[in-house]
Amino acid sequence: MKHQKIAFGVMLALFAAAPLVVYPVFMMKVMCFALFACAFNLLIGFGGLLSFGHAMFLGTAGYISAHAAKMWGFPPELAILAGTFSAFLLGVVTGLLAIRRQGIYFAMITLALAQMIYFFYLQAPFTHGEDGIQSVPRGRLFGFIDLTNIFAMYYTVLVVFFAGFLLIWRTIHSPFGQVLKAIRENEPRAISLGYDTTHYKFQAYVLSATLAGLAGATKAIVFQLASLTDAHWTMSGEVVLMTLLGGLGTIFGPVVGALIIITMENYLAHLGAWVTIVQGVIFVICVLTFRRGVIGEIANFIKKPL
Amino acid sequence: MTEIFGVPTQALFGQLLIGLINGSFYALLSLGLAVIFGLLNIINFTHGAQYMLGAFCAYLLLNKLGVGYWWSLAAAPLIVGALGMLIERLMLKHLYKLDHLYGLLLTFGLALIIQGVFRNEYGSSGQPYPIPQELAGGHNLGFMFLPNYRAWVIAVSLVVCIATWFVIERTKLGSYLRAATENPALVQAFGINVPRMITLTYGFGVALAAFGGVMAAPIYQVSPQMGADLIIVVFAVVVIGGMGSIMGSILTGFGLGVIEGLTKVFYPEASNTVIFIIMAIVLLIKPAGLFGTQK
Amino acid sequence: MKVKKLAVAVTLAAAAMSAQAQVSDGIIKIGILTDMSSLYADLSGAGSVAAARMAVEDFGAAKKGMKVEIISADHQNKPDVGSAIARQWYDVDKVDVIVDTPNSGVALAVNQITRDKGKAFINSGAASSDLTGKACSPNTVHWTYDTWMLANGTGSAIVKTGGDTWYFITADYAFGHALERDTEEVVLKNGGKVLGKVRAPINTQDFSSFLLQAQGSKAKIIGLANAGGDTVNSIKQAAEFGIVKGGQSLAGLLVFLSDVHGLGLQTAQGLIFTETFYWDLNAGTRAFAKRMAAANNGKYPTMVQAGVYAGVLHYLKAIEAAKTDDGTKVVAKMKELPTDDPLFGKGRIRADGRKLHPAYLVEVKKPSESKGPYDYYKIRATIPADQAFRPEKDGGCSLVK
Repeated sequence: MKHQKIAFGVMLALFAAAPLVVYPVFMMKVMCFALFACAFNLLIGFGGLLSFGHAMFLGTAGYISAHAAKMWGFPPELAILAGTFSAFLLGVVTGLLAIRRQGIYFAMITLALAQMIYFFYLQAPFTHGEDGIQSVPRGRLFGFIDLTNIFAMYYTVLVVFFAGFLLIWRTIHSPFGQVLKAIRENEPRAISLGYDTTHYKFQAYVLSATLAGLAGATKAIVFQLASLTDAHWTMSGEVVLMTLLGGLGTIFGPVVGALIIITMENYLAHLGAWVTIVQGVIFVICVLTFRRGVIGEIANFIKKPL
Repeated sequence: MTEIFGVPTQALFGQLLIGLINGSFYALLSLGLAVIFGLLNIINFTHGAQYMLGAFCAYLLLNKLGVGYWWSLAAAPLIVGALGMLIERLMLKHLYKLDHLYGLLLTFGLALIIQGVFRNEYGSSGQPYPIPQELAGGHNLGFMFLPNYRAWVIAVSLVVCIATWFVIERTKLGSYLRAATENPALVQAFGINVPRMITLTYGFGVALAAFGGVMAAPIYQVSPQMGADLIIVVFAVVVIGGMGSIMGSILTGFGLGVIEGLTKVFYPEASNTVIFIIMAIVLLIKPAGLFGTQK
Repeated sequence: MKVKKLAVAVTLAAAAMSAQAQVSDGIIKIGILTDMSSLYADLSGAGSVAAARMAVEDFGAAKKGMKVEIISADHQNKPDVGSAIARQWYDVDKVDVIVDTPNSGVALAVNQITRDKGKAFINSGAASSDLTGKACSPNTVHWTYDTWMLANGTGSAIVKTGGDTWYFITADYAFGHALERDTEEVVLKNGGKVLGKVRAPINTQDFSSFLLQAQGSKAKIIGLANAGGDTVNSIKQAAEFGIVKGGQSLAGLLVFLSDVHGLGLQTAQGLIFTETFYWDLNAGTRAFAKRMAAANNGKYPTMVQAGVYAGVLHYLKAIEAAKTDDGTKVVAKMKELPTDDPLFGKGRIRADGRKLHPAYLVEVKKPSESKGPYDYYKIRATIPADQAFRPEKDGGCSLVK
């Protein structure tokens, strides 16, 4: 545990000091996606369920948060809460449909459900389709912190990210988390021990959906835009990539994965389609030879979980 | 002009026919996916990209080598099928002993690579591919003008689908394949080269996708993104039809194409999502799919 | 007396120094934000970058001691990608002005960010008339064309010649909606009727079911409220389904030279639409076309690329006159100075940011009538600048008193 706490301290220090050196908007993007990846990892790394439709939570929360802030005049903290809550509701509904199945069936169903949600957003007037919800006001947090100030916005996102991260940490190390791991390792045995595995998986799914929503809702306020890209299936693929690269089932893996992928996208952006090619190559290499991911390999090296 | 539920019959039959055409592509592609999944237990996410490769193959054959549509119908599936077999030999076979999800992730990554390479080369707008002279023009059926080529699509898809079903379900070769999925070790003990059969089967499924691509090239424009959104609809079709059932995929493919066409007439806003809504309903009532068997 | 003279001297010196208000870090950085790989790549894309470079050259920046740098990026037709690039360009890369930006959704996002950061935005590629209407900004100039001009040019010409029942196939985003709205207004004002409309997502490959619905409506005119690859696809597939043979006409509401080139004269002949630039208008435009063809793989310039050239040229002139590159001040100066370039002739920019120049109603030639490469258009009519665009007071722009 001690080394994990050290790793956490390092992460906190790096993110807190980053805006002095790195473009803050870039780091905020990293943090939002890191939270998204951590939420996703909760489901696959610890619950053993590959959801290929997590974009629906990111996108839904983003749209609701943007709409609340822009059209209903919500202050940012309430807009983010509204967005997160909508992801929670969506998680409950889709979870009830999807949880009955395992493995690849589960992946395909989540993918198809997410695609349905995407097409809904394409048509719904409130999302403005291809144009997205633009000019979302940043507002004043709690009525007095002006979020148009870049540092105020940055540290708000920092707090949100670390709150989400700590919640996941707590969940993993709790009895609930232990049962989840047991289910991932050997579900029939967990059932024979008397655990209602479907119920546990459902709870993990809803928690993962809610935190993914938190990431999406915050992102909409930071970038002042909610668009179709966040609900598209390629976004679901990206979060899988980030988690796989960082290390499935590790605590810090998704954060590192998000950092690497977002940085790569930024630097290769002017090369256009090369970003997709590189992402594909990373997928293939990770699946064939690098299954533990960056943090997974480090953890394996020092023989301690990370 | 007669009307059914407030919609003129002309529009109805027209959209039904278009639905049948779309359904042909759904059926062809879900057939390939069902063959690969049913017999190999691999989710081939690369299927959409392989469909696109078939179309580009036809385009390149025409523009670089002057090879026409009719030759491409045979050549493109062979070329892309061969590439598919290469993928299976080099990469997929290492994943059989692992969780099936890794197969999905690998094929997803491959799809990204293939699509990215073509997008880099050709941009995302489509390349034109002409309708072959023999099939150009059309007939006025009274309720709509049906281009000959689109009628050809329906006919050929039906033939290919039924032929494939026949081979797998009713011939000796097909029975070897089906047995090999059930119990590879036992079948291998009988002296049948199971790994080679698996490679050939994957190649065949991929060839079906590429064949669909060549058929699509004259109507849908040849573009790197053409398979990307289609593949997810095809996944839904396969889930509805039942993951392992060949006949299920064919019937569901055509059927859903028709339903989508009808939705476009009566309630166009839902036409993109109707297939997924049906999938959700089927999952609630019969999780194994309409024609599937619980494994 | 001595003190007073000293005070005056110091004040004069101070005034002289501030009049030298330097361009920020000595470089004028121009960012071409465009679609490099998707459906608008041919009508703007790499050609726009080439046009901008030509403008900088022709302005003679080097001789005047002004350092000008051009960078470019692909917004992929996504507002989030476009706005992230714009933000980064302004915050980190010290870009002073963003130019081009086809796709109205992206343009509107960039319009807002440019306003928030006090920079400049010269839009040549997007069409939404909202850029000089509800979303007008003191930091934005809208060059080349907009949906109102297209609707009034093409729409009224067609209705007046008997095309009085319409059915719209519309691209489902800001541009498509704006074009459909403006054209519908014109059709109704001229006594016509709109029998129906259907929305198609952008980058649609197969228009068959939409075309079938249009056919079923029996409208005389099928209005294509889309652009780029979507227009090309809908026209080709309309031919496949025998729509024109069946007696209906297609109205391409936004068609570019690159689209006609992609369709070929055999398919495109007879199409009537409105543009604000054609390479074969006069000696100035022909010379420009020759240089562009050399710089852009033999492709002749579209009106969007011409607008980039003219916009950048005028921008640089405005910086020279205003002696600063502060976005708001330069745009104000651009409105103050009359415009003059070999492509659009003499014109001016209004208070709402709208650039005024004449529009041309063109018809695509038959294959037999075309004598050389890109010889595609017959000019049917010229609409003078003061009638081509929406009257200032009708836009709902807050900058117009």
